[in-house]
Amino acid sequence: MRRRLGPASLTTATWVVAILFVFPLIWMVLTAFKQEADAYTDPPRIAFTPTLDQFASIFERGFLPYLGNSAFVTILSTLIVLLLGVPAAYALSLAPVPKTSNVLGFFLSTKMLPVVAAIIPLYVISQRTQLLDNVWALVILYTAMNLPLAIWMMRSFFLEVPTEMIEAGRVDGASLPTLLYRVILPVVAPGIAATALICVIFSWTEFFYAVNLTAARAGTVPVFLVGFITSEGLYWAQLSAAALLASLPVMIVGWIAQNHLVRGLSMGAVK
Amino acid sequence: MTAVAPTIASGQRVEAKPEKRKGTGAWARRAPLLPALLFTIVVTQIPFILTVVYSFQSWNLVRPGSQHFVGFQNYADVFADSQFRGAMLNTVVLTVVCVFVALLLGLGLALLLDRKFLGRGVVRTLLITPFLILPAAGALLWKTTMFDPTYGLLNFVFGGETDWLSEFPLASVMAQIVWQWTPFMMLLILAGLQSQPKDVLEAAQVDGAGRWRTFASITLPHLSRYLQLSVLLGAIYIVNSFDAIFLMTQGGPGTASTNLPYYIYQRAFQGFDIGQSSAMGVIVVVLTLIVATFALRLMFRAFDVSKGVVK
Repeated sequence: MRRRLGPASLTTATWVVAILFVFPLIWMVLTAFKQEADAYTDPPRIAFTPTLDQFASIFERGFLPYLGNSAFVTILSTLIVLLLGVPAAYALSLAPVPKTSNVLGFFLSTKMLPVVAAIIPLYVISQRTQLLDNVWALVILYTAMNLPLAIWMMRSFFLEVPTEMIEAGRVDGASLPTLLYRVILPVVAPGIAATALICVIFSWTEFFYAVNLTAARAGTVPVFLVGFITSEGLYWAQLSAAALLASLPVMIVGWIAQNHLVRGLSMGAVK
Repeated sequence: MTAVAPTIASGQRVEAKPEKRKGTGAWARRAPLLPALLFTIVVTQIPFILTVVYSFQSWNLVRPGSQHFVGFQNYADVFADSQFRGAMLNTVVLTVVCVFVALLLGLGLALLLDRKFLGRGVVRTLLITPFLILPAAGALLWKTTMFDPTYGLLNFVFGGETDWLSEFPLASVMAQIVWQWTPFMMLLILAGLQSQPKDVLEAAQVDGAGRWRTFASITLPHLSRYLQLSVLLGAIYIVNSFDAIFLMTQGGPGTASTNLPYYIYQRAFQGFDIGQSSAMGVIVVVLTLIVATFALRLMFRAFDVSKGVVK
């Protein structure tokens, strides 16, 4: 009879698999702290003197405006999503409007339509309204991109508010604003925060709209990285530093939100 | 209260009608919804309508005044275009293979994580990180440090001087996409694994069911909704893959790794052919709608949307 795999060896195996899986990332972090000469050697070099030079050269290359654009677009579109989405999720959960599932289906359907099919008119419209290479175009588009997801996700949080609490509040004669503020909001607040973090992740990483609708003035962080295709292979360490810097905000947000990631990624369908 | 709890009686769970209120009451109910609904309709539907309008026009941006109505000419041209068919085939292959492989890897990783062990939190955090780095950064990272013929880690490990991106362009792009999306699948499946009712698992153990038996007859059926959801959402995103192709191969060599999003982008932004690229966009939308109608039904059945829409 074959012996069962012991728990200890299974744990070791899990660790090995995990490290192999994220090895490209570990390598990226290491490379970011190398001098260019150490970055591409054959065989690859593990021992080297760490340096911050690459990070400095990223900022010399004008990384800051891109970072600013990304921050502006991400924060603003997330705020608008919450402003539009929280009331909508409320209307679709605790005080359901007629044909709720049709409305939910409509929102979901917008996520299923391919973005390529919209990019041409969006380009033409932006061009004619002076919104080409303008951060506001991205703010509007990212809001539309994240709104359905946010509504679905927040709706699932609203549905978790115990109805007894609402009933008890009503019996005590609380008005709707009081109920919302005192009873419902405290329960859904963490959910709203989680939704916001998910929107931040998707806005920060968005590439297709950004690359097609922005250029020098309104480019976001992913657009900055495109500049490296022309000089690929030449500045590996600098590229790694840029990739790390560009990803760091989202990585941190994602690590914080990891318990809510599932719900966000599944549009609230799964807890 | 997950929305995934098996609801066999979901057919009967008819959406309860909101209390009938007259006049202002009904509008007060709708008011919170309307801004979001109007915004979404305007921003998402107008571009699609315009895409349809453009698709019936001959219009090239580099030839001013070229815009005129041509009926179905663009569609005829697109269907006669062998590159379009190639891009379509690549899209299907890329989506199916990536979803399937990422799902299998995700399932494997999720099973490894679904135990208590030292550093589980750390391992989970590590494993979700490829999903969190910018896809653009991930693509460039794989292109350079992994696939480079001289200094890439792949050739260092496997030996040889393979130029992965020109010899196996589609497979290389797919490897990167799988790497990026496996954590997504893993997270959803892990959520499914951890929502298994513990008493049922214990009962199976008491009844002497082995690990494999328990997995096949209890875990897998329980997971099926989660697997469906992973496939559905993964497919929605992977069908639209653009970053990896744009940054790693530019669709090449030739058109070997061109998928539909990249081909439409090329025709629009390098060929400036608004009419034809719009026609392609419409075709993609029609195809997606067919798949999505089916998928939406699946999603609504799996997650019983009417649930909670009561009181």
